[in-house]
Amino acid sequence: MIVEFGAFALVLALALSVAQTSLSAAGAWRRSGVLAGAGRGAALGAFAALACAFAALIYAFVGSDFSVANVAANSHTAKPLLYKVAGAWGSHEGSMLLWCLVLTGYGAAVAVFGERLPPRLRAWAVAVQGALGVLFLAYTVFASNPLTRLVDPPVEGRSLNPLLQDWALAVHPPFLYAGYVGFSVVFSFAVAALIEGKVDAAFARWVRPWTLAAWSLLTVGITLGAFWAYYELGWGGWWFWDPVENASFMPWLIGAALLHSAIVLEKRGALPGWTVFLALAAFGFSMLGAFLVRSGVLTSVHAFAVDPTRGVLLLTIMGIAAGFGFLMFAIRAPSLNAGGLFAPVSRESAIVLNNIILSAATATVLLGTLYPLIREAMDGEAVSVGPPFFNLTFTPLLVLALAILPAGPLLAWKRGDARLVVRRLWLALLVAAILGLVAYAVVTPRKALASLGLVLGFWLIGGALAELFERVGAFRVPWAEVRRRAGGLPRGAWGTTIAHAGLGLFVLGASFETAWKVESAQALSVGGRIELGGYVLTLTDVGTLEGPNYLAERGIVRIEKQGGGLVCTAQPERRFFPTGGQTTSEVALCPRGLDDLYVVIGERRAGANGQPAWLVRAYVNPWVRLIFLGPLVMALGGVVSLSDRRLRMGVARKAKGAQA
Amino acid sequence: MKAFRTLAVVLAAMACMAAASDPSERLPDPAQEARARDLFKEVRCLVCQNESIDDSEAALARDLRLLVRDQVKQGRSDAEIRAFLTQRYGEFVLLKPPFSAGNAVLWLTPLAVLLAGGGLMVALLRRRRSPEAAPEALSAEEEARLKGLLEGE
Repeated sequence: MIVEFGAFALVLALALSVAQTSLSAAGAWRRSGVLAGAGRGAALGAFAALACAFAALIYAFVGSDFSVANVAANSHTAKPLLYKVAGAWGSHEGSMLLWCLVLTGYGAAVAVFGERLPPRLRAWAVAVQGALGVLFLAYTVFASNPLTRLVDPPVEGRSLNPLLQDWALAVHPPFLYAGYVGFSVVFSFAVAALIEGKVDAAFARWVRPWTLAAWSLLTVGITLGAFWAYYELGWGGWWFWDPVENASFMPWLIGAALLHSAIVLEKRGALPGWTVFLALAAFGFSMLGAFLVRSGVLTSVHAFAVDPTRGVLLLTIMGIAAGFGFLMFAIRAPSLNAGGLFAPVSRESAIVLNNIILSAATATVLLGTLYPLIREAMDGEAVSVGPPFFNLTFTPLLVLALAILPAGPLLAWKRGDARLVVRRLWLALLVAAILGLVAYAVVTPRKALASLGLVLGFWLIGGALAELFERVGAFRVPWAEVRRRAGGLPRGAWGTTIAHAGLGLFVLGASFETAWKVESAQALSVGGRIELGGYVLTLTDVGTLEGPNYLAERGIVRIEKQGGGLVCTAQPERRFFPTGGQTTSEVALCPRGLDDLYVVIGERRAGANGQPAWLVRAYVNPWVRLIFLGPLVMALGGVVSLSDRRLRMGVARKAKGAQA
Repeated sequence: MKAFRTLAVVLAAMACMAAASDPSERLPDPAQEARARDLFKEVRCLVCQNESIDDSEAALARDLRLLVRDQVKQGRSDAEIRAFLTQRYGEFVLLKPPFSAGNAVLWLTPLAVLLAGGGLMVALLRRRRSPEAAPEALSAEEEARLKGLLEGE
């Protein structure tokens, strides 16, 4: 009964989205506050209805109601509760429902929190958001309904892919979708502003908080996904330049570009066309990602919920939505004002440069991801584009962007003084260079490129600190004054510092881990040892155990420092899931400060003198924690920036009042 | 207990799987082994979902690793081994597409976008720096109107 109620609520949400679009559009067109208000009511209703539908799906999963096709295909009675709930978004149908839930959620948020926006702009934005809802809800209802019943329900479900039964993976889709789909609001505002024909500083101010929120959430989502890959796939990699990863990375890059160009538009009124273009592109890339991940046109190590026939429908939806957005852009772009002037050395220039590099990086990722399809279509040649390509093309672009980054926030608007920037940054550069040299001299084996990577990381952190010190007058004015100034610093400035320093942490971790991780693999019998990176690992025991929905072989590996001293006991497992017949390896992580000791146990094999042996692989991953900590710090920077008073809607009204 | 017997059977069946660092596959010469490992990262496991043979546990990946190791042992150069693999399995096997006429677009796009962006930026700055104040010339109509106004005074 509850499932039927959910299915009804889903259709209701579609109907309400239609109402939201038409009422809001009519309200904007006829300047009717009543109609626009009704449109906003419909937006809230659509979200409420969809929340009911989603709750019904979770209910079906938790209760293992296998008469629901989606539950039968993706759940199992023996699955732990968390993964039963997560199963609701572990499939094609369920994840699209989550997508729609987030989409209508953002629509409702604009309806509720947009009180201070100009009424017509707000009505258009709610209308566009509603139209996106209609497209995706129609797809969900008619082509991908997760709440349909089976005529002949099975006794037991087929369970979820065991690789997906993991906490990081269970919680990362909600973050990812909140990020991806968050760009839909940015898209809706962009289309609304283009309809109104006014892309100005006020537009940038309204769009920035949504961009910040979406980008921060997407950062967290991608990081959780990378962390999952790191310890679940079992070979210690955290980024594979896989199509599915790239699909999430492209909106992130465009979002980062948009965050910066919106500042220029807000402060200086420059780059309106470019900013609104990025606002459209960010959600365009989100939709492209949804299509690439689900259509199966590209093979991926993360492929899930693949369905080529429905891929065509998703491509159509994307074509309609993005096509409309860019058509509006093409119509309005010529009339957009070019905005304020700036000199070659200025903060505007620095941000334009940042945007150029981020665009080139996005183009590289896009082309690299789609290139196999392009070649296939052009001359039927099957080619692969993998990590070695991206390492050679993307990384230099990133290095270029990072090298100039610390100078940006120190440059003045309009006309900056390069000499002043040098005077404020030379110390940070010197310290970074010395630390890099120390690493080059001390860490074995000696690696020049990785040491340069470290210089870059320290340069970013040092640069961020130098800028902060400059702003608060550290080491120049009395301490009490510094504290007073720090208290008065806008949250946005703190956010910039935190996010840029977080990027530096990531660069440090990525450089160090990639260059200096060590691994060893040996077939060990009980009592066998591996020596690795100053540690001694001893396989002391191997036992079998029975989990809730799997059987496992678990090794007990004592890890000691060379020369004695127990570090920890690792318990890697190899799990077999009888329902799907799959095997996964459960990595044992033993954190040591920023480093990880990473132990994997392999299959049983015949060892020396008839003893059974197990292939034990061990890695020492130095500074690997920074790889995940850095992006989380960046997301924190985004959140801090989001709490800036400037970004609250009240100020927008004042600005509008001032203009009038 | 039946479950554990199942487990034992399954574990026995999996014994064919291996990883890149499996000691039984390794070459005795560490320098050659290191070269082989570097090559593995560039070679696609053809039957897998987008994995290199360095990462994959599939049987085919193991065969390819043995093949590459064998070639390294015979003293073939990296380029020769790549050519050998390409000849056998097509360009699909290489995770880094070779720089060729067919792939020029792929390799040059990053640079092209960067240069195009740089060019646009220079154009933007140039236009900005050129004397913005230079007003547009008056149209004939405006000229006439101005004349009329002046004469009217």
